[in-house]
Parts: sequence; structure tokens; C-alpha cells
Amino acid sequence: MKESAPTRDAYGEQLVILGKENKNVVVVEADISKSTRTCYFASKFPDRFFNVGVAEQNEAMIAAGLASCGLIPFMSTYAVFGSMRCCEQIRTFICYTNLNVKIAVSHGGLTPGNDGVTHQGTVDIGVLRSFPNLAIIMPTDFNMAKAAVKEAASYVGPVYLRFTRDAVPLIYKEDINFKIGKAIKLREGKDITIVTFGDMTWYCLKAAEILEKDGIAAEVIDMPTLKPLDEKSIIMAAKETGAIVTVEDHQIIGGLGSAVAEVLSENHPVLVKRIGLKNTFAQSGEYEVLLKKYGLATDNIVSACREILKKK
Amino acid sequence: MTANNNMDHDIADVLGNQNKTKRSYLVNDLKEIAKLLRTDALTMIHTAKSGHPGGSLSAADIIAVLYFHFLNIDPKNPKWTDRDRFIMSKGHACPIWYAALAEKGYFDKSNLSTLRKIDSILQGHPDMNKTPGIDMTTGSLGNGLGAGVGMALAARVLKKSYYTYILLGCGELNEGVLWEAAMSASKFKLDNLIAILDYNKLQLDGTNDEIMPTEPVADKWLSFNWHVQRINGHDIGKIIDSINIAKDVKGVPSIIIADTIKGKGVSFMENVCDWHGKAPDDSQYVEAIRQIQKN
Repeated sequence: MKESAPTRDAYGEQLVILGKENKNVVVVEADISKSTRTCYFASKFPDRFFNVGVAEQNEAMIAAGLASCGLIPFMSTYAVFGSMRCCEQIRTFICYTNLNVKIAVSHGGLTPGNDGVTHQGTVDIGVLRSFPNLAIIMPTDFNMAKAAVKEAASYVGPVYLRFTRDAVPLIYKEDINFKIGKAIKLREGKDITIVTFGDMTWYCLKAAEILEKDGIAAEVIDMPTLKPLDEKSIIMAAKETGAIVTVEDHQIIGGLGSAVAEVLSENHPVLVKRIGLKNTFAQSGEYEVLLKKYGLATDNIVSACREILKKK
Repeated sequence: MTANNNMDHDIADVLGNQNKTKRSYLVNDLKEIAKLLRTDALTMIHTAKSGHPGGSLSAADIIAVLYFHFLNIDPKNPKWTDRDRFIMSKGHACPIWYAALAEKGYFDKSNLSTLRKIDSILQGHPDMNKTPGIDMTTGSLGNGLGAGVGMALAARVLKKSYYTYILLGCGELNEGVLWEAAMSASKFKLDNLIAILDYNKLQLDGTNDEIMPTEPVADKWLSFNWHVQRINGHDIGKIIDSINIAKDVKGVPSIIIADTIKGKGVSFMENVCDWHGKAPDDSQYVEAIRQIQKN
């Protein structure tokens, strides 16, 4: 059994399964099928695969047109292009119309490290979270990604699925029961709550282990669905531990940290510390090096927890 | 020449004349329908005190021909999966479309007076979830063609024989996404897709030539490997003929470049840029309707 895998691989594999099960599943691609892994689907189902070239706006419009006729289109590109190059098409022609389009993007967050800022999708969740009707999901590992793609296909309505380029460690088993909009408590703890998603989840679990050695019991909540947000879990955690640290491979503006702060300030205000890119662009570099450089590494999570506990 | 031959000839003449008569009835009927649509559209815009009369009037004859001669649709079953699709990519011209949909019976004509008002089924720009008979939401320019490509591809996947028609405006030819869609329609050899360009040569800020020149427009589409026709977009007979030709084209998508006059039918609106998005006042409205009825 593999110990780690890129979640984009899970997307590619699950698409083939969906293609076999449901003849209405079609794929629209913008010339990066080898990278987004839609090439697996393309080789099995060439008549249901439409490569539109480097043209994401048209890609989104074609997906909208296909969905309006009852098909289930998955449109793929990178997070940075899928959220911004065709931003208005997603807002007006997929979300406003509430069409059954799945926007499935690779290279979420800093995972395309070496490619640099142009290819790092670090504002996508902030941009898309304000669009009514859109569900936003970033699966945590390979197994959850397969389950999430399956779930997204049977969910009726627009979904944004965000995957990693690089391998992320396996946390979940193959039989994971994934539900859109449901948080997963990965670790119990009474002193502080770490809320996270995607590729950062594994680092949060490492941080919790380090904190445990200091006698600090950190609860870890995995929040793969950024929208609709599992507000109940967040409020309950705030009531139980009274201190929250959010950790995301994304800008701290507009993403998970903002979403958690919005829910808590309206329902149960407690101290919140947000970890992520702090209003800055990153640069080219190895993924792990970038996490350290921009304050998203395990050590940063540990110190943020210690800091907030002093103020509690 | 034998008697028999003569007789055959006479019969052919009679049939020919019958066909000619049929056609002239059809053309006259469609002209009358176009008049009605123009009247309804202006009434709606006048009542709403906002809307886009210029582009509605330029598209009136094309809409009349599509909705009252060509489209294979069922107003009682707007979501019928085998229906022809129609997208008004130049969504701001929707008053003329709403008038046609009401006349076809998709909804009660009393709705027309609610255009742009709160809780109306007739939004300022077309909404596929609020108005029966609308296949795609539009209004943000340049996007309708790509949606049409998706619908035409869906016909292929679902093994259906419907046509997808898209009405384009000339201002939206400025949008890059439209040319992305144009490339993709020819890549996928979509001969079940027919675009009609309402080429009135005016956009919001001025003429196409002043704002962003479109010529040579036919050459542009030819170079994208489309089948191209150019016609007078107010000649009902020419519109009918060009759509018949487009339907028979094989292996490539088709565009009909219809030369039109913005504000067609109302002298003081014709070719005047200012009437792109402005409602007539009471006296202008009365005069406009008088002119349309007289034509």
C-alpha cells in the first residue's frame, strides 16, 4: 500500500470509474490533461473528452452548455486559472445558472512550488467562496480525493474540487465515508483546536504530536469542505477548547481562516490565529522550503498554538 | 412539343406559382409578426423605463424567422430534450425575445409589463431559471457562442439531431472568449451549430469602426474555418434562405452575417448610438409605435 500520493492522481483514477458507471460524465480540458490526469479518461472515453486548448473561459462556457443539456461535465485546469481566468464564467454561467458543472483543478496552494507564483493557486478559495450555489472541496489525501470525486459527481450543482500536484501522506483508509459539508475530527484535545484542510492536515497532526509532549492537548479538525462550511463543528470546538488556530495552504484573507472567524464572531467569539500566506505572494522553490519560508511549517503551527494559549 | 409535355409544363407552372404564393404568404406573415414583436418590445421598454431598444429592433426580423418558422420547440414542454436550442448571446436585446416567447405561448403576455421589475420572470438580462423557453442565461457579452458549442457537443454525446442557434451582437466580437469559442466550434466540426450575427455596426460608445473595428468580418470567420453567408438581416426571404443553406452545411459550423440597422423601424432610433440602452419617453413611444404600424 502506498504511503503518499498526489490527490490529482486520485481524481484521474476516479474519473475513469465514473466514466464507466455513468455515460453522462464528460470531461472538458484546457491542454494540460497529462498534468490534471484527465488523460486517463481521454484514453478510455475519447468521445466524451473535449480538449479545448489553452482557453479556460471557453472551457467553462462549454461545460455550462453541456450541463444545460443534462450531462455531468468535469472541467479541469490548474487552481490559479480555474478560479481566475474563467472567474466570471464560473460566477455567471455556472453558479448563477446553478448548472451541474464540476470544476476540478490541480496545483492547489503552494504545491506547484518550483513553477512559481504564476502557477500557485493561493487565492482561489477566497475568490470563489463568495459565489452563491458553489460547493468548494479540497480533499486531504488520495483516498479522500477518490471519495470526494465520487460524491461530487452524484451531488447536483456546481462543485469546485482542488487537488495537489505533489504527493501528500495518506491519512484516511480506502473506505472513508466522505460527506460534502462534514468536518472530520482527526484528533481529540481539550486545550486548543487546530482547523485545517488539504495538504496542511498532515503537518497539523505532526504539530499536535509535538504539543502533546509539552502537555498541550490539541484537537485537530479536518475541514475538506470549505463551503458549505460545517459551522456546527467549529462552534462546538470553540465552546470546548476556547482557542482556534486555522492552517491553510492559501492566503489568510478569504480562505478557511476568514470563514472560521466569520462563523465564530457571529456565534461564539474566541481567540483565532490564522496560519497561511500573510498577504504576500510566494516564489519559486521546493514545496517544503516554501512552507518554512512563509510560515506554514509544523514549527509555525506549534508556536502559533503556544502563543494563543498564553492569551487564552 | 407534345400536348402531354405542354400539360406537364402547365402543372409545373401552377405548382411553382402555388409555391411562390405560399412563400409570399409566409414572408408577409413573418413581417407582420416582426412588427408585433417590435411593438411589444418597445412597449415593454417604455413601461420599464429602461432597456435596450436599438439592438432589440435590429434583431426583430431574425427572431421572427427563427421562432415562427424554424425552431423545433414545444412551448408546452420548454425542457423537451430534443428541442432546438437558441441562445441570445447579445442578452441585452432580450425584450424582442421575451415578446416572441410570449407570442409562442411560453408564458402569459401579461408578464411583458413586468420587465425588469421586482420578482418578474423577465429579468433585465435573460435568466434560464426564471423564464420558460430560455436555454441559457446571457448578458455578459461574448459567452453565448461557447455555451452553444457545449450544447452542440451534447447533441453528439446524447445522439440527438437538434440544432443550436446563437444570435451574436457585433459589439461582443470584441471579446476574446468569443474567438476561443469560434476556434473550438470548427475544431469539433459542429455542423449542428448556426450562429447569426446581428451586424448593426454600433456598440454602446460608438460605431464599431470608432471603438474596435470588426472588418473584414466575413474573412475573420472564414479564416476560422466557418461556412460564411452575408445577407440583409431585414429581408425575411433572405433570412429564411440563409438558414436553410446553413442547416445543410456539413462538417463545419455556420455563420450568417446579417447586415442590420440598429433601431430598425423607428426613424429617430435608426443608426443612433444613443438608443442602445435608453427607454423612449411618452411622446417618443407613441411616435415609434405609429411608425412601426405604418411600415
